[in-house]
Amino acid sequence: MLAHYGYKDGSGDYFIIIDTDKCDGCGQCVPACPFGVLEVGEDENDPFREEPVAKVSEFHRQKIKYSCAPCKPMKKRKPLPCMHVCVPKAITHSW
Amino acid sequence: MEREYWRWPESRWTAPGIDWKSGEILSAGVDVGSVSSQVVVMVDGQIFCYSNIRTGSDSPESARKAMDKALEETGITLKDLHYTVGTGYGRVNVPFADRAITEIACHARGANFMYGPSVRTILDMGGQDCKAIHCDSKGKVTNFLMNDKCAAGTGRGMEVFADLLSIPIEEMGSLSFKVEEEPDPVSSTCVVFAKSEAVGLLRKGWPKEKVLAAYSSAMAHRVVELLERIGIEKEFAVTGGIAKNEGVVKRIEAELGIKALAPQHDTQIAGALGGALFAKALVEKQRGLR
Repeated sequence: MLAHYGYKDGSGDYFIIIDTDKCDGCGQCVPACPFGVLEVGEDENDPFREEPVAKVSEFHRQKIKYSCAPCKPMKKRKPLPCMHVCVPKAITHSW
Repeated sequence: MEREYWRWPESRWTAPGIDWKSGEILSAGVDVGSVSSQVVVMVDGQIFCYSNIRTGSDSPESARKAMDKALEETGITLKDLHYTVGTGYGRVNVPFADRAITEIACHARGANFMYGPSVRTILDMGGQDCKAIHCDSKGKVTNFLMNDKCAAGTGRGMEVFADLLSIPIEEMGSLSFKVEEEPDPVSSTCVVFAKSEAVGLLRKGWPKEKVLAAYSSAMAHRVVELLERIGIEKEFAVTGGIAKNEGVVKRIEAELGIKALAPQHDTQIAGALGGALFAKALVEKQRGLR
């Protein structure tokens, strides 16, 4: 499942997309994010899935444009830490 | 008292000719949304009864009220239900639910039942959010997106316009077509700004119907953008309160170039229906049937 967390508002689309078929719930992305945007737990949208899965915490879902902003400078942007540590490449950002 | 144009009617329905006493599994889904709450009770996987009421300020109370209304005159009591699933915004506040499941999962499952296994793209236009869901033939979510930060493209937006234009909410769909030619959509996506824009258009002398048409097409355009992000695949269905507004649904169809499937039940029950279906599956799992 492609889980889109985030929102669209008048200024643009801000979604972190987690491919739950690729995600194995290893949890490496959780400490990699300097702002605690990601967490690993029960898959809320698939009641029959047993393994844990990465997701964007409820707290950050409605403000990820700002939560993720420090990792997205206009110049000299480094690879995003969450995407960089993810071995199965399950995480993408829409902006 | 002045008429409240936004106020939509509460309702309930019982399927004729089902004897619940001979049913093996009685499952229920309770969808406590931001604006409306629904309860669906199923007997062995068949819809037995449902209710649709307005959510008050108290979620547990709304859940109870919706349940009481659904069970009215059916003879079923809460104790007879084998499993109840809570869903929607208030899902953790349903006191009698055995489990809470997100509305994303429930809507896909519910739409799969309501519109048949061929449905792939579901657009749920709820009271205060809008969900675009892609699912497989079993009703399992394969891609989803929820926008609950912005009221554009939601039922609440339409209620605001019902009040502004003094048009009863049920008549808004058909009235939006009473225009000589389709006006340009209002430019604001935000409900608050769209309302100010509409006030300006009314002052310019636009008839109400034309303003409504401009707003309905802005709303349609807005949700089509959301759908495009997850990809649009046939068959396509719209659920939620706005699905009853042909003014918006037909404009979405025109933008997408595909027709939405026709609903057989109240489009607002999709979430609760999905909950009841999950409840049934969970009972079967408990009993070791699957």
